[in-house]
Amino acid sequence: MIIRIMNEGQYEVSADLLDDLNKLDNEIVGLLESGDETGFREVLKEFISMVRTNGKPLDPDVIMESDLIVPPEDLTLSEAVRVFSGEGLIPD
Amino acid sequence: MGLFKRMELVVKSKANKLLDRYEDPRETLDYSYQKQLELLQQVKRSIATVITAKKRLELQRAKLQQNIQKLDAQAREAVNGGRDDLARLVLERKRSNEIEIENLTAQISEQEMEQQKLVETEKKLSAKIEAFRTKKETIKAQYTAAEAQVKVKEAVTGISEEMADVGFAIERAEEKTENMRAKSDALDEMVELGALDEIGGEDEVERELRKMKTTTGVDDELARLKAEMGQ
Repeated sequence: MIIRIMNEGQYEVSADLLDDLNKLDNEIVGLLESGDETGFREVLKEFISMVRTNGKPLDPDVIMESDLIVPPEDLTLSEAVRVFSGEGLIPD
Repeated sequence: MGLFKRMELVVKSKANKLLDRYEDPRETLDYSYQKQLELLQQVKRSIATVITAKKRLELQRAKLQQNIQKLDAQAREAVNGGRDDLARLVLERKRSNEIEIENLTAQISEQEMEQQKLVETEKKLSAKIEAFRTKKETIKAQYTAAEAQVKVKEAVTGISEEMADVGFAIERAEEKTENMRAKSDALDEMVELGALDEIGGEDEVERELRKMKTTTGVDDELARLKAEMGQ
């Protein structure tokens, strides 16, 4: 499974990790809903370090679509809200 | 829906837009390649912007450091003249300059990090663009419609994801730099208003010091004169 950490790069990660990652993703959504920025940051950080530790970085000249795209570690709560509102973060 | 799924939608909607743009997949490839080169230029411009912002902060810091030397000398003069009150005022100014220098130093290292990240982004994007170019030529050379469709979709989706990522990185870097610039403007304004003691021109402290020296000079002269006249 290929996971992209935005503003960092892509990692190849074993699919076994998916359940753990999904659990954290759900936690993040809950924290976002309650507006808990500190908690949100912590879990996002945990998630990303899990990908880094268990994954192998893809070579820079490999062009591959990711199975999962993770926002950058320092994503702010307001940026996350923008992702959720569908407003988007990325300029055309 | 989780955050990551949303993130994915944000990123991938770009790729889909691109894939829907042309009937001929070869055109899609060329257009995407063109866009990649433009994006690379944008990254380069962003790096230049960050460097400019950093240089400005460094200049401001140097100015404040220079100011501190002046304030040190002024404090000494005031103490020599027995004017502790004046020395205290000068040292307060020195302290606020020092605090500002600390802030600037933190901002400079933030900009430095931003710069390094963008340079890294530029390197990676260059490698990807080169890989895409090779792939593009291969796909075009082997062109059979059905196969090409799949390969073009793969290549374009993959690179579009990268491009969305880079676009996002640029936007964030520019936002940070913009914030930094606003702070720099505020600092310049503060210095101009004298809140941080402008270099050059006479301010309150300088006036007081000059008065102090003049008075001491006159007192000495008067004493000498009196002594000469035997009074």
